[in-house]
Amino acid sequence: MSRAADVAGWTVAEAVERLDAEEISSVELAQAVLEAIGRRDGAIGAYLHVDADAALAAARAADERRSRGDRAPLLGVPIGLKDNISEQGQPCGCASRILRGYRAPYDATVVRRLREAGAVLLGRLNMDEFAMGSSTENSAFGPTRNPWDRTRVPGGSSGGAAAAVAADIALAALGSDTGGSIRQPASFCGCVGLKPTYGRVSRYGLVAFASSLDQIGPLTKSVDDAALLLSVIAGRDPMDSTSLDAPVPPADVARTAPDTLQGLRIGLPVEYFIPGMDAEVEAAVRAAIARAADLGAEVREVRLPHTRYAVAVYYLVATAECSANLARYDGVRYGLRIPAEDVIEQYGRTRAAGFGPEVKRRIILGTYTLSAGYYDAYYLRAQKVRTLIRRDFEAAYRECDLLAAPVTPTPAFRLGENVDDPLNMYLGDILTIPANLAGLCAISLPAGRTASGLPVGLQLIAPPLEEARLLRAAAALERAMGPRERPPRTEEAR
Amino acid sequence: MVPDHPTSDLAGEVRRVAHLARLALPDEEIPRFARDLERILAHVRQLQELDVEGVEPTAHAMPVTNVFRADEPRPGLTREDALANAPASRAGLFLVPRILE
Repeated sequence: MSRAADVAGWTVAEAVERLDAEEISSVELAQAVLEAIGRRDGAIGAYLHVDADAALAAARAADERRSRGDRAPLLGVPIGLKDNISEQGQPCGCASRILRGYRAPYDATVVRRLREAGAVLLGRLNMDEFAMGSSTENSAFGPTRNPWDRTRVPGGSSGGAAAAVAADIALAALGSDTGGSIRQPASFCGCVGLKPTYGRVSRYGLVAFASSLDQIGPLTKSVDDAALLLSVIAGRDPMDSTSLDAPVPPADVARTAPDTLQGLRIGLPVEYFIPGMDAEVEAAVRAAIARAADLGAEVREVRLPHTRYAVAVYYLVATAECSANLARYDGVRYGLRIPAEDVIEQYGRTRAAGFGPEVKRRIILGTYTLSAGYYDAYYLRAQKVRTLIRRDFEAAYRECDLLAAPVTPTPAFRLGENVDDPLNMYLGDILTIPANLAGLCAISLPAGRTASGLPVGLQLIAPPLEEARLLRAAAALERAMGPRERPPRTEEAR
Repeated sequence: MVPDHPTSDLAGEVRRVAHLARLALPDEEIPRFARDLERILAHVRQLQELDVEGVEPTAHAMPVTNVFRADEPRPGLTREDALANAPASRAGLFLVPRILE
């Protein structure tokens, strides 16, 4: 790799440009990224599984397509997948013991679209078990470390995806976001994370956690890459009845965005600058917002008065849905089985042995609130308050085009710091959860670092299906804030 | 109204719910889950202070209803594919412990 010392650090757009110019082949690019994984992922632990043979075969096929004049948008681009997105023939264990040995029998729609676009799939990225968590410490296979400070978490639940992209051992990745699981790790690791509008991207082949909130989206090194990946994976899919038939923003929507934010009204939700927020996080976010004002945006305060109820609503809605979705893990059709004489006992023992503590906690809460006598008081009331939260946003968007806010109240916390305090862990999601509850699109982009070097993210939140507006504003801000910063590198073989 | 449970009852509730959810929790795990449940329920109880009279519940954020597709045959998983991940199978079927005497 003399011509390119740091191939794995390229953005998707850079890689496509060099592949198109025949400066490098898809096979050389895949080899370079696989070597980087082999050399450095031991220090990070982002990947649960890497299939080098499959990646190289896909890269050879991409070179072949290119030689025939094919110019598919991701031809030869190496991409990682969160371990809850089905990839035919590969493990898809959701970082859970209960799916031990399971291999996906079909491709998720997003994976089919990535393949058609020519992407080279690298492997399976670590996550909190079944996407339940905010630190990737709930993985049954051990935590992933934050590339900026290996004593800290990468965030979660898409922690492996964010860490791999930040540490330059994937050019980009797909994750999923149910209550912030793309944006929060992107913020902790200093990369870009896009949660599309609910329904923008097909969930077919995404292992279900909370079906009314789950959404797949990209984690990337640039806003431009996020737009490019979105253009590939988004769109109506007959296999997901909740997917929306709406025009998808073009791949170059960020690249062609003007430098100015003239005419854009940005709302600052006062409730998102919460008491107890880390002062350096607040300062970095306010500085980024000042930058937006410099670019011509009109910044004004808005109110989202029901924000304080969002975590409660989320943990009732998400756990109720998860308790139903996870009923399928019974040791009959796939995964772990702890044999017993009686089938009921076999279910109980299999599930007790297969699920980790956080998953059990949420199944218990969800089953409790849905059980006889409690439904109206908990689940139904939560759904009604969800309506109030949605109305808050509708009112705010009458006064502004976009909302700007922090992604999290703190930068990345230490491994082990919150594991014994689930409620405290949940409360850290207060700034990302509302976008899921209201079905909005939102993005996290790097907005500087703390004095000790930890990344801080800026969150932009747009109305449903306004990804083009979101990505244009994010692109202008990204340009104004300067080139991407990279974490220090530690060589430690996988 | 939301019932106010003392912790001792919550341990019983965790046992009841764990059985409903087919989770064979060992006894020593019950107090921990009861404590967690108590704390989380105390937090979500704040929703009681809101007046939600006449507010429609939101089940899905996007107003999509009655999505139909043509009812036509199309390829699905083969029996072999469907059984490939089974912990136990025989004669093209999933194998489970006897459920009828």
